[in-house]
Amino acid sequence: MKSKTIKVDYLARVEGEGSLMIKLKGDQVVDVKLKIFEPPRFFEAFLRGRHYSEAPDITARICGICPIAYQMSAVHAMEHACGVVIDGPLRALRRLIYCGEWIESHTLHIYMLHAPDFLGYADVMQMAKDYPDHVRRGLQLKKIGNEIVRLIGGREIHPINVRVGGFYRVPTKHDLAPLAEQLKWAREAALETVRWTAQFPFPEFDADYEFVALRHPDEYPLNQGRLVSNKGLDVAVEEFDQHFVEHHVAYSNALHSTLKERGAYLVGPLARYNINFDKLSPIAQQAAREAGLGPSCRNPFRSIIVRSVETLYACDEALRLIEAYQMPDQPAVAIEPRAATGYGCTEAPRGILYHRYRLDDQGTILDAKIVPPTSQNQKMIEQDLWRLVPELMSFSDEKITWQCEQAIRNYDPCISCATHFLKLHIERE
Amino acid sequence: MSEKQHPIRIIGVGHQFRGDDAVGLIVAQRLRAVCPPGVTIVEAQTDGAALMETWAEADEVIIIDAVQSGARPGTLHRFNAHQQPMPVHCFGCSTHGFNVAEAIELARTLDRLPPRLIVYGIEGATFEIGQAVSPAVLASAEELAERLADELIGR
Repeated sequence: MKSKTIKVDYLARVEGEGSLMIKLKGDQVVDVKLKIFEPPRFFEAFLRGRHYSEAPDITARICGICPIAYQMSAVHAMEHACGVVIDGPLRALRRLIYCGEWIESHTLHIYMLHAPDFLGYADVMQMAKDYPDHVRRGLQLKKIGNEIVRLIGGREIHPINVRVGGFYRVPTKHDLAPLAEQLKWAREAALETVRWTAQFPFPEFDADYEFVALRHPDEYPLNQGRLVSNKGLDVAVEEFDQHFVEHHVAYSNALHSTLKERGAYLVGPLARYNINFDKLSPIAQQAAREAGLGPSCRNPFRSIIVRSVETLYACDEALRLIEAYQMPDQPAVAIEPRAATGYGCTEAPRGILYHRYRLDDQGTILDAKIVPPTSQNQKMIEQDLWRLVPELMSFSDEKITWQCEQAIRNYDPCISCATHFLKLHIERE
Repeated sequence: MSEKQHPIRIIGVGHQFRGDDAVGLIVAQRLRAVCPPGVTIVEAQTDGAALMETWAEADEVIIIDAVQSGARPGTLHRFNAHQQPMPVHCFGCSTHGFNVAEAIELARTLDRLPPRLIVYGIEGATFEIGQAVSPAVLASAEELAERLADELIGR
């Protein structure tokens, strides 16, 4: 049979380095491997022997795009181990800083990484020539997300103000007031973003995914909830290891995570949306409906609209939190370490991020486990490509490559988070 | 109006622990010790989108970053952003963000370039995590820092 190899040296507009290998025999796909070759980073190993209070700052270094997610999963796990529950204004502040990260990360993904695919540009620099006002809007929106993180976290990248038990310093109501004005603009800009992305051309590509996301009785999930799927999973975060398992695969430095009962599953905006549509604020639900999304959306290419809806939600929620904010009496509650295992799982922009720590009675970390969203989605990305490539067989290798990259950017795998990106090889036999 | 009434911003770009990628930061640190009033020094990570914010409202901006063009390590390149397009491929790849050249080209499209923008690129040899800065690159950084200090103080 005819044999052919297409090679793209690296895939732009994703985070980190790796490659994709697709093997074809005639019209059949015989193999798909998403290879991650960025060197392992050993974070779990060098957390051992450190003090529990260091985990939020150390794990924040895993990602320059979603450091808050790492800090939030770490503080929750440590507080769980030490038997402390944070409530009231400190909890609200955590939710607010997390909204900042969602706005900043989602906007980067939507405008800089993914929109050029739909509009037929090689990158955002090219897109900006024809869409300067849109790109300006995206940059301004991202800046407001960064501003929230800077104001509460102390700086934009790798914030330093988050600690187990709360914060080192908390803002006054007055400090937050300027953000409210900016967020009113941001909410409008986010609404425009939903309307803009809803007009993009989308391939028909629905699938019967198992979506996994946190679910909380009262709110769209950020920091807390049970692990819930659309196929029957409903467990506490502490039970994660009983249901999810990580596999080493020979071709990748990133582990693959699967559900023991059923295999591949999907995390991230699409999963959160499908599990929690009813918890979105009215303005976000309304915008989603106007964009042609129902309470359920199974087309991963439409995740760009879902991301825009979540950005709108985050702006709306941030505004609500600021308006309701009362400065707490103490920036943090006291923590007494004890010998225990703590579990934390929060909703990073790209999906659930699980941390588990075992501590001794001095608060020294004996063992750490971190499962980032990208490890969890890797297998699903490969499965999407198994399904997508046969539909593209009549196209040129160039077009196949483009569409595969676009499909991967539906997830924007954050490779450096997972290694613990992308050269494309298409081999036709 | 004299030159000094115009804010000058010097931005060293790089990653402290990625070998020669630290060179922009090193030049910024040297200049911090000697820079005259009216000059602000910024040490920046390689997030191009944030760069545009960093130079907002400055009249004159000087950026220093490591480059990889295939020249001899330590070679100094100088670009006047208003006179030429930036060689995007020389400024390495910043994945989630953009590199310096891409940020400048995006700013040009969006009409957000500062009135004067000079970019110094120092040719790097190694960009591995945990590597020290190469001797030739460090020497070039020291030389550029001295030259810029002379220029700034001489005004």
